[in-house]
Amino acid sequence: MADASLQVGSRWKAIAPVALAVLLLQGCASTPTGSAPVAQDPYEGWNRSVFSFNESLDANVIKPVATGYTYVVPAMARQGLTNFYNNFIDLWSTVNSALQGKLGNAGSDGLRVLTNTTVGILGLFDVATDMGIKKYPEDFGQTLGAWGFGAGPYMVWPVLGASTMRDSFGLPLDLMATPGFLLIDDFGWRMAASSLQIVNTRANLLKVGDLLDDAVLDKYTFVRDAHLQRRLSLVNDGNVPESQPAPDATP
Amino acid sequence: MKSSHSHLLSALCCGLLMATAPALHAQGTEVSAPAEAAAMSPDDLVQKVSNDVLNAVKADKAMQAGDIKKLHALIETKVLPYVNFQRMTSGAVGRYWRQATPEQQTRLETEFRTMLLRTYTGALSQVRDQTVSIKPSRVAQTGDEVIVRSEIRGKGDPIQLDYRLEKSSSVGWKIYDLNVLGVWLVENYRNSFAQEINATGIDGLIDKLAQRNKTAAART
Repeated sequence: MADASLQVGSRWKAIAPVALAVLLLQGCASTPTGSAPVAQDPYEGWNRSVFSFNESLDANVIKPVATGYTYVVPAMARQGLTNFYNNFIDLWSTVNSALQGKLGNAGSDGLRVLTNTTVGILGLFDVATDMGIKKYPEDFGQTLGAWGFGAGPYMVWPVLGASTMRDSFGLPLDLMATPGFLLIDDFGWRMAASSLQIVNTRANLLKVGDLLDDAVLDKYTFVRDAHLQRRLSLVNDGNVPESQPAPDATP
Repeated sequence: MKSSHSHLLSALCCGLLMATAPALHAQGTEVSAPAEAAAMSPDDLVQKVSNDVLNAVKADKAMQAGDIKKLHALIETKVLPYVNFQRMTSGAVGRYWRQATPEQQTRLETEFRTMLLRTYTGALSQVRDQTVSIKPSRVAQTGDEVIVRSEIRGKGDPIQLDYRLEKSSSVGWKIYDLNVLGVWLVENYRNSFAQEINATGIDGLIDKLAQRNKTAAART
């Protein structure tokens, strides 16, 4: 009994900050004046406030922690951890390629997982890439796309970032395919493991810096449009039917 | 778990990073390409420009340390002659381009070019051990327009980088758009430009770009 209540307690503790964040966000939903509604973004006001929440979460928490992490954890260990996570991503790609009927790709990704899990010692070393075994990243949102579901409205989720309605249905399964969820039962440890994965992923992006910040007028719009283009391309394996430049564009 | 938008941003940056791309800093679009380039196939052109730029940065410690003057000079001689910047700008401005006066068009082009040049310069300084290979799957749209696909290999996953090129009778092929990991650059600016023009007009967009360039320049 004591155990059960303890679990409920810790579960609530983990959810509380998210609930609080959601409440706070509702207070500050806003759209810059004059911004034209875009067909694929009907929830722009809401999305913008989640986006700015994520931006400040990154600036104030995730990025500083990731920076500290690179000082404390040696590069070799970080690389090993990155490879370990990627092995799970490859495993999930195998499943999704198979679900989409891309058996050749599924075979290649499956071979990567087999190789890296054995020769690469539980995925800590990416031997498969050195051997030239290709990867074909697929998540469940792409599988839904391949099955014919359209992307639907653009959505931004706290912490997880840019998504679409369709991909949001894939997200829970994508999360369940991460090591934190696959390997760990205890809720607290699972959150800790998932946080570590976020920090490690963020650390890999540190050297990119804020390159794009100076190259965009409105980061929200730029990220949204890039995300939607990218997902469309991924679902079509890079072969998107050409969208021509606007007819009036040529001088 | 993933932080997908920052991952995408990083991918975009990495792509820009080694792209032989848009960015530019020339006097208008009438920079003429060297004569031998006029006869090149678009595949060869992209390969040549990519190699020229990557090799130059790899061989120069100052550029790797972010020497902006040197990087600008490199881009000016090795990249700009092969980019149609007016077409890039008109594509990003979209249907409003025709409403702009010639003077506004010139200013838009100048500011957009400065903005992309800065990004591209920063990205280029990070080139280390990358190589570029052209993929055979070249897509012909019409006789005068093609898409060339390339792949950048370095540490980590390969980055897909595609270019749109158009042929002009006098100067040969020129790049007018590029695609990093599935994202076409010109198309990606179209909504934010339209958003700005709707709010404050074409001059408003020009001012915003100019202001963004000024603050960024002050920081470096």
